[in-house]
Amino acid sequence: MTENSLNENQGIEAVSWNRKHLLDIDDFSTSEFDLVMKTADVMKDVLSRPIKKVPALRGKTIGTLFYEPSTRTRSSFELAAKNLSADVVNLAASSSSIAKGENLIDTVHTLEAVGVDVLIMRHPIAGASHLAARYAKSSIINAGDGAHAHPTQALLDMYTILKHKPCIQGLKIVILGDSRHSRVARSNIWGFTAMGASVTLCGPRSLLPVGLTGQHAVYSNIKLETDISLALDGADVVMALRMQKERQSAGLIPDIREYVAQFRLTSERLAAARPDVVVMHPGPVNEDIEISSEVASGPHSVINEQVSNGLAVRMAVLYLITGGNKE
Amino acid sequence: MSSSILIKNGRVIDPAGTIDRQADVLIRNGLISNMSGKGQFEDAAVDQVIDAEGMTVCPGLIDLHCHLREPGQEDKETIKTGSEAAAKGGFTTICCMPNTKPPIDTAAAVSYVNSIAARDSAIRILPIGCITKNRKGEELAPMYELAQAGVVGFSDDGSPVIDASLMLRAMQYAGPLGLPIIEHCEDLLLSGGGLMNEGDLANIFGLPGIPAAAEEIMVARDILLAKNTGIHIHIAHISTRGSVEIVRFAKKLGIKVTAEVTPHHLTLTETAVAGYNTNAKVNPPLRRDDDVQSLIEGLNDGTIDLISTDHAPHTTSEKEQEFGLAPAGISGFETALSSLLSLVHQGKMEMVKLIEAMTVAPAGILQGRFGKLGTLSPGSIADVTIFDPNREWRVDASSFISRGKNTPLHGKTLKGKVIITISRGEVVYRLDP
Repeated sequence: MTENSLNENQGIEAVSWNRKHLLDIDDFSTSEFDLVMKTADVMKDVLSRPIKKVPALRGKTIGTLFYEPSTRTRSSFELAAKNLSADVVNLAASSSSIAKGENLIDTVHTLEAVGVDVLIMRHPIAGASHLAARYAKSSIINAGDGAHAHPTQALLDMYTILKHKPCIQGLKIVILGDSRHSRVARSNIWGFTAMGASVTLCGPRSLLPVGLTGQHAVYSNIKLETDISLALDGADVVMALRMQKERQSAGLIPDIREYVAQFRLTSERLAAARPDVVVMHPGPVNEDIEISSEVASGPHSVINEQVSNGLAVRMAVLYLITGGNKE
Repeated sequence: MSSSILIKNGRVIDPAGTIDRQADVLIRNGLISNMSGKGQFEDAAVDQVIDAEGMTVCPGLIDLHCHLREPGQEDKETIKTGSEAAAKGGFTTICCMPNTKPPIDTAAAVSYVNSIAARDSAIRILPIGCITKNRKGEELAPMYELAQAGVVGFSDDGSPVIDASLMLRAMQYAGPLGLPIIEHCEDLLLSGGGLMNEGDLANIFGLPGIPAAAEEIMVARDILLAKNTGIHIHIAHISTRGSVEIVRFAKKLGIKVTAEVTPHHLTLTETAVAGYNTNAKVNPPLRRDDDVQSLIEGLNDGTIDLISTDHAPHTTSEKEQEFGLAPAGISGFETALSSLLSLVHQGKMEMVKLIEAMTVAPAGILQGRFGKLGTLSPGSIADVTIFDPNREWRVDASSFISRGKNTPLHGKTLKGKVIITISRGEVVYRLDP
């Protein structure tokens, strides 16, 4: 199967993808979201075949540059690249290499010098992938920058919701937990509200974003709620975020037990949501901390689907970024 | 050696003498000799005639707050490049902060800066000494020795003095020396890890925010300590509406407080950070529009006394890093007056007020210890700035004399440009025609 046949046979429209980089989804048009979703459907079909490999990115080199430990996202991208027949080079950087003064721009240029066409980057500082993109000849995919953005996570979350709901427009989506420090939450807020959902951020006030009070021009349709029963009332989608243990030592919450007592997503609490509520989690789950194991593995949970959809969405993103749909 | 200069046909603004009129200024022997109505002095009687038709003639600008980086960080700036950049910006007196390496916390360090300045600078450089040894906030610096060596005030700028009891003792000790304490007001625990102004934009950019309270708490604390000790506290680079209100209240109570504001806090907002522009990363951070309005109001009603640049040069490679790693600071000498003139052009501030805040007001903090500065009255030192308030130019950071090319104004068009700077009766800068 060739790139062309992938297009023609599967009906991916060669429209509206003009991005060299994927840094953020804050300026995505709805047609761009649609294109990613449709392309991901094609990739999902590929993944359902006995031989899960197409030659779309044969001869391309994909680099991963992760300044933070990550096994899930990195291997999801790596598998996505390999399923598209790309070669993959992994550069395991560490936070300490930042502290040692290794220059990010130099690192990007070094990877380009060995032939990397697309660089997938995770970095603890917001905006790092923007900096890389400013100096890069290759395409940069942001796989998480500080508390700023994690665009492929948001895209796979949207994709997963659309497998269970006819559209995102009009949904009540609750993001539960530490949205203040969460790039997943930030990217999802953009995606969900852009598609017409209302988003409620729920958690202790010290873990909700500062400065987001009442009405503001930038995020439309977003609400902060510290009462979980009010937040969950009538919810179509509930996404629990991973509770980082260091928030306690940072003095943001008294202790994890108190968080659990107030905000753990349990089946009793979930009863306030709509009967067809979808429960999500970006992983990895701290079972019985932010979500009870009963709910995490219960009938409403799509957590494992998110992981497999993540592969399809990342294949779609790599395909679109490398100009696959323009062949 | 000093020649005579006649500056003709300009609009002369001397806020100290409440002068704003067409006049000619005569300079002899490094001093302002006389001022008269247009055309009363003979051209032939002087060595040099400057035609300032269409231009504004004012006292040389005075900057109470800048970073010259020498000794120790000469890749960012030197006393030579910094002073030349300042002269290009119309400054004839600049006070350099002591956060050099080593810091200016001994008489020897003051002498070193003074000797380099005497060798390399055509304008007046006045060092500020540390409040605490090595700027560590632990023990008092030898303030008496520093005062004897000629510092104009004490500051640990870049860092606040966190320990309130130490600050109290610093004020008590500095009081009899007759010099102000200049505080960088920041509660480091509140601002900890913050990279830009706290609020909606910080949320969108995913950058940790610096709350206004981090500054305001220290402003309030220092004012209360100044009330307690009766000494003069000067608040550096005030940036929030709340700080303005606290200073206004303190002045009503008669507390001896003065405050300064930077050109960037008066003319830019946090939106300049968009795209993770590290050249707009500065401490205190750029704030919101309502803060900017308060700062302008504060300057207009006398709550804020003066404008200082906080010129903070950094190398390009330091700024071309991740936003969280890049150092904070803006290279400000060469755009200060031009960017501030936008306030005059927009009708937000009177020209006389602007000049006052950059000449006679900072001169007041120096208390006449370096001769008569900040005025054009006869007998005062012939520091004069001549600028064309209407000349438009495009900021090109690569053409800066300063080694710090770190400006958020790169590529912007500004209206108003310094044409000639005269220091002690000598032309030290002249714009290429």
